[in-house]
Amino acid sequence: MAESKKVEKENKVVIKIVDIAKDIYTKIRKLKRPELDMPIRSLTNVSYNEKDGFFEVLGNKKTRTLSASTIKTFAQTLRMMSLSRDLIKTNDIATKREAYYVSKNWGEARFNEQPESDTVMDDIEAMMGVNREQIGFIPEEKGGAVAGEMIVIDKDPDTNKDLEIDCTKFGSGAYSIPSSVEHLKFKTKAKFILAIETSGMFERLNKHKYWKKANCILISMGGVPTRACRRFIRKLADEQNIPVHVFTDGDFYGYFNIYRTLKVGSGNAAHINEFFCVPQAQFIGITPQDIIDYKLPTHPLKEVDIKRARDALKNDPFVQHYKEWQKAAEQQMKMKARAEQQALAKHGLNFVIDKYLPDKIKDKRTWLP
Amino acid sequence: MIVQNKSNVTSLKLLQTIQTKIYINETISQINMTQKTAEELAKKQREISIAEFFEKNRHLLGFDNPRRALLTAIKEAVDNALDACEEARILPEINVEIIQLEETRFRMVVEDNGPGIIKKQIPRIFAKLLYGSKFHKLSATRGQQGIGISAAVLYGQLTTGKPATIISKTEVNKKAQLVKLKINTQINEPQIIEETEIDWENKDHGTKIEIDFEGSYNKGRQSVDEYLKETAIVNPHCTIIFTNPEANQIIFPRASPNLPPEPKEIKPHPYGIELGRLIKMLELTEAKTLQQFLTDEFVRVGPGTAKQICENSALLPRTNPKQISRDMAENLHKGINKTKIIAPPTDCISPIGDDLLERGLRKEINAEFYCAVTRPAAVYRGNPFVIEAALAFGGEQEADKSIRVMRFANRVPLLYQQGACGITKAIQDTAWRSYGLQQSKNSLPVGPCTILVHMTSVWVPFTSESKEALAHYPEIIKEIRLALQECGRKLGSFVNKKRRIRDEAKKRGYIEKYISHVADALGELIGLSEADKKKTEDDLYKILESTRGQLEEIKVDNPEYDAEMAKIGREEEEFEPEKIESTRKAKKGKQTKLVDEDQYSEEEQE
Repeated sequence: MAESKKVEKENKVVIKIVDIAKDIYTKIRKLKRPELDMPIRSLTNVSYNEKDGFFEVLGNKKTRTLSASTIKTFAQTLRMMSLSRDLIKTNDIATKREAYYVSKNWGEARFNEQPESDTVMDDIEAMMGVNREQIGFIPEEKGGAVAGEMIVIDKDPDTNKDLEIDCTKFGSGAYSIPSSVEHLKFKTKAKFILAIETSGMFERLNKHKYWKKANCILISMGGVPTRACRRFIRKLADEQNIPVHVFTDGDFYGYFNIYRTLKVGSGNAAHINEFFCVPQAQFIGITPQDIIDYKLPTHPLKEVDIKRARDALKNDPFVQHYKEWQKAAEQQMKMKARAEQQALAKHGLNFVIDKYLPDKIKDKRTWLP
Repeated sequence: MIVQNKSNVTSLKLLQTIQTKIYINETISQINMTQKTAEELAKKQREISIAEFFEKNRHLLGFDNPRRALLTAIKEAVDNALDACEEARILPEINVEIIQLEETRFRMVVEDNGPGIIKKQIPRIFAKLLYGSKFHKLSATRGQQGIGISAAVLYGQLTTGKPATIISKTEVNKKAQLVKLKINTQINEPQIIEETEIDWENKDHGTKIEIDFEGSYNKGRQSVDEYLKETAIVNPHCTIIFTNPEANQIIFPRASPNLPPEPKEIKPHPYGIELGRLIKMLELTEAKTLQQFLTDEFVRVGPGTAKQICENSALLPRTNPKQISRDMAENLHKGINKTKIIAPPTDCISPIGDDLLERGLRKEINAEFYCAVTRPAAVYRGNPFVIEAALAFGGEQEADKSIRVMRFANRVPLLYQQGACGITKAIQDTAWRSYGLQQSKNSLPVGPCTILVHMTSVWVPFTSESKEALAHYPEIIKEIRLALQECGRKLGSFVNKKRRIRDEAKKRGYIEKYISHVADALGELIGLSEADKKKTEDDLYKILESTRGQLEEIKVDNPEYDAEMAKIGREEEEFEPEKIESTRKAKKGKQTKLVDEDQYSEEEQE
């Protein structure tokens, strides 16, 4: 059932791609300049949907009209659309890097660097209003690491039978989120999810089996969470109906890049944020107030940190929506300091397990929305 | 403890400084020993003749190293020859020959077709320093001070002990005078070694000078070859025949049959006069009243202006000039500067003209773009002057080096002391970035470009007696900058046009490159036949080309370029003696040619 629905959806993408191509062809034969319309992918073209808690794409579009200066990108976009259609038809996938290498076959229209091909790919994705995997491309990066008392039910690629993965059985390692998570199911009795910025902190908590102690599932995001990671957390939280706590460094990158992207999505992927965000996520630390309360050692804010905060205050619809975040940002800018998760080690290596996390999770008043 | 004040002082000032120095030195050394009386010291104090002074300070005149000495000697002789011909309104034809006598000894022979010099004058013109016809008048000639050619004679005498030989013929049917001359340096007077009358066949009139001296003959940017070439460029009315030490003859033929207009002599303008000079003039004048003095001795002063000056100086117009005291003279000097006086006449100077300048540059440089500007006359310290500038851009010039600068003053090329010259300063002060050249702060711009600047004036202010660098008068720098900016604006619009064309060509290249890819991708996506694909490509051409006009082309289009001539002075500098040794060992006598032109210009940038 699910399989047939998937094929149907993909066919829709194929139909759309061919429609766009036909439209372009007709225009050219009528000696009119062909155009490609796509939503603008930036924070300027999103608004915060308060009810559902994610960044919603606005209607602003950019139009790429064929001219001497756009013809290269135009040709590359059409080439990439053709590649995407072939992938869907043959039920194959290509990583972003592979797609970049495929382009080396296109003669003069080849991409010189992967960022160029990534941009074109993102354009097509937004144009189709689907997510990258649906047009046959998958990212290179892994989704993140998972530890905790939980069974993930995946499918064996050969036999297509259910495969039960016990997340407690990875020893000192961890379960790694695959690039596509839509088909996964979960069995767990955990009370909450703890999403962690750095793998260093994840290692520490995993080593000391914090997941057992607190009855939770630990997920290492490794910086800004990938789409797969966001989707995984969302699915897990929705299906098990458990809260999501986020634990990052006490700096603007942690607040407005990592946490904000996890909770409400990004400007770049605005058209799919609805599914790739975790509106129930709550920020437990490290907050600016924690730096004071726990007397954490700090580093001075750099020029770029301050710029990031100013940008967020000025342009980020999420920050503009929450007074608490504005206050926190102002407070931290006044302190002119930032603190890392590891700074908690000042009070002993396991202070974070024995005192900090239990205290913070207990006291909702110390969280940020 | 001795502070050397090398340039920017007149010879007279230097002389005094040196006398004082000698005096002080001796006094100080005496203090520690037995004391001496003023009378005893006085015995050692004596006058120094100007010839003696320059004998010891020949670098002030441009004879500091063998290579430069050769150039300076030739330069002085050629300048004199050109001045003489032009003054007599004769189209100049000048023969220059350098003969190598020994490793470091050369004979220079310079012959002109000028009016010749009468017998009586020959010794003083060639063998007495500071003797000449041009020092006391204001007109745009090459020579100014009456030092140059005598200095060459002095240098020859100093390095070889031999006299200079001068032959001069003033009329077709007369015999020519041959005079061998030395300078008695103690008294700065000529010393005649030999004097005969000879037949100078096949010569109507003219002067020939031969001097032997120590020197070194090199090619390159600061060579005799380059000097003569540049002279020919800015003096298209003359023919120069040059025979170099290798007995190769280079002929720079006359390009224009028109002599430049005769430089007119003008009286000084009141604004340029200094107090001391004013007092001197008041003493010497034949005028009976102050008003008459002002109208007679100065240019642009009529009775009205004269009265105005007197009024502003609180002096009576009828005062006898001889009775004006120093204080009164000072009032007069102040009064002059308070009075509005018309700028001096400018018809007394004749610029080369933008046309001729550009043509000269075209012969020398194969470029894509040329422009030349002649500024209206301007005035510094009462002296009228005209600045001209020309510029050649692109073509075969090197793009990643400092631009080449060609400097001229009263039609004489300036090859040394580029770094000290007001022209260089003005080029550095101009913002070339907005005109499409690269430039870091306070330095010459970088780019495929040559800039030529010519200053002509009744009195060109040089920084030293060797006359190689213009003094930094603000009025002059400003005029040069204005001329450069005018050229720069034209250059800027050319560079922009060039960039537009390049961008356009690039875009066209894009269309050519990618049209087939658009058609191919569409073909894949919707399954087009080859014929339909072809039609799609054709239609795409129509869509994209319709908005683009004709593509202009920029090419080097310069029929006047003279490759042979451009090569002159460009050949490599001879190797240093040690280097020749090692090269010979390595290459078995085969000399490789290194092209490293930049080293000449860098030599000067201290």
